[in-house]
Amino acid sequence: MTDKNKSALSSALNDGLNWVDARFPLTSNVKAHLTEYYAPKNFNFWYFFGSLALLVLVLQILTGIFLTMHYKPDADLAFGSVEYIMRDVPWGWLIRYMHSTGASMFFVVVYLHMFRGIIYGSYRNPRELIWLFGVAIFLVLMGEAFFGYLLPWGQMSYWGAQVIVNLFSAIPFIGPDVSEWLRGDYLVSDATLNRFFAFHVIALPFVLVGLVVAHLIALHEVGSNNPDGVEIKKLRDKKTGFPLDGIPFHPYYTVKDLVGVSMFLIVFSAIIFFAPEMGGYFLEANNFVPADPLKTPAHIAPVWYFTPYYSILRAVPPILNSQFPGVAAMGLSVVAFALLPWLDKSPVKSIRYRGTLYKQWLVAFVISFLVLGYLGTVPSNVWGQFGAWMGGADRATVVARIFTVVYFLFFALMPWYTKKDKTKPVPERVTG
Amino acid sequence: MSDNQNDNQQADSQSCGCSQVDQEKRNFLIATSAVGALGCAAVAVPFVKSMTPSERAKAAGAPVEVDISKIEPGTMMTAEWRGKPVWIINRTEEMTAELAQHDGQLSDPASEVTSQQPAYCKNEGRSIKPNLAVIVGICTHLGCSPSGKLQKGGDMGDGWTGGFFCPCHGSKFDLAGRVFKGSPAPINLVVPPHKYLSENLLLIGVDTEEKA
Repeated sequence: MTDKNKSALSSALNDGLNWVDARFPLTSNVKAHLTEYYAPKNFNFWYFFGSLALLVLVLQILTGIFLTMHYKPDADLAFGSVEYIMRDVPWGWLIRYMHSTGASMFFVVVYLHMFRGIIYGSYRNPRELIWLFGVAIFLVLMGEAFFGYLLPWGQMSYWGAQVIVNLFSAIPFIGPDVSEWLRGDYLVSDATLNRFFAFHVIALPFVLVGLVVAHLIALHEVGSNNPDGVEIKKLRDKKTGFPLDGIPFHPYYTVKDLVGVSMFLIVFSAIIFFAPEMGGYFLEANNFVPADPLKTPAHIAPVWYFTPYYSILRAVPPILNSQFPGVAAMGLSVVAFALLPWLDKSPVKSIRYRGTLYKQWLVAFVISFLVLGYLGTVPSNVWGQFGAWMGGADRATVVARIFTVVYFLFFALMPWYTKKDKTKPVPERVTG
Repeated sequence: MSDNQNDNQQADSQSCGCSQVDQEKRNFLIATSAVGALGCAAVAVPFVKSMTPSERAKAAGAPVEVDISKIEPGTMMTAEWRGKPVWIINRTEEMTAELAQHDGQLSDPASEVTSQQPAYCKNEGRSIKPNLAVIVGICTHLGCSPSGKLQKGGDMGDGWTGGFFCPCHGSKFDLAGRVFKGSPAPINLVVPPHKYLSENLLLIGVDTEEKA
């Protein structure tokens, strides 16, 4: 190609871009969100998980579209149609395993993303709304996962849905009517399956994408936090006005995130090809048995990402003949995250400048979360019973109760221990 | 003079629209918004109602007949009524004798919660015939179906006197469906309306007429 041709081509492209820009803010948006969105230069590996969550969302929507081409939302046909996808649809097994593994990996990256936000204080002023949108995304994601889990119409699907829908009947007065309304029948049935399909493939994905957009718009309005919890917008280059400690998201972080994407895809592929059931944690053995409304499997447990909350539900005993306290505690254990921006009274944001008191509470919280998560996967008699001195109570139930209390104390005492904590001085600039 | 006034008025309305509220227009806007909101709420009703149980689902609740002649003492069978499992347990004499022995461990030994059984089953065995218990096999906690652990001891530990164990959240019930203290289930299992058509024929879903 000659130089003359080259310049003719580029000026034609330029004309095309100008034509679009006069009608749609393309260049200005690319600048605002990519090439001139200045992110702190000291992001570490914790910052991979936001973009990875976006990647998994796209993967789930894409694989989901192809699964709906073969799936049948009918109590008589659903189980068979999933087996049909696995055995007869060309490459159907791969698409289905991508979707089922994607569901679990979604929670892996979202939990790590949330943990990042907690340790670096990314929920603090001025990022409260980003955090609230995030908590909303988390809630909708839980709903999406729950509705999707009924669709294969296996034993775990069925009894899991039965338990969760019945949670609503614990609400005083209106509860039983609410759960009947959700099921559309007196028990989980074809009507329930059909509407859960509608929620799973159209209603909640729409809400989810909308919330993700709001999450990102809010983020790009106030700018990203960083491992030092320093506001980079305070110190700007005198000439350009760009933050001194910031670098353009594209190309710097797009390239960096690609490294995270490659590493993620290695793990993701390894699971899909070598352990798609993940030893019963991603796809439970009982879900390979068709739903039987007359027989609950001998051991039922939710998928791993729900087990910490499920443990809390199991741990709270009924009060005044009502199971509502357990259900309320479970709800509160999720919603408590939304209160973090107002519970944290520390003068610093990042864990790097916090004292030991806060760190001890954080460790206690993480341990509680993990222990409750483990206990939720096993029957409550797993560790046997205490002797008569404890009234023969299940050991695991007592342990779950203790860690449930620790879980809530992390939130409830936060205003106290974050204020009392001995913090270190925060530097002016990020430390790399 | 008149020009001047006009100018002043214009300046006023430009600098601060709040000083000159057109109350009539505001009332009109409030009224139309309220009517619009009512309209939206009215339109929402059919959508909300469409999710309640359909006529077909309501019609599916017919009573069922069960032949109980084949249940050996000390065993149970499961029938289906309104899509739910209904257990029919043939208790041995030893089992019925045991029912009176553990009242202290139960939340509601005398079945005081009347919604859980018909009046004709508010007795020690929560049954019409002392040996035969008819119980809806749905845990009153969150709707799982407990597993039968009818025999003493076994994998339930030495203190176990026979009953049911819910695999979901560990609720325990005795052989009359009464809940043990410390279970997440708040109340006893439900005894459905039922009557004996003959010695060996049970009808679930229809009450036994009270003798006048």
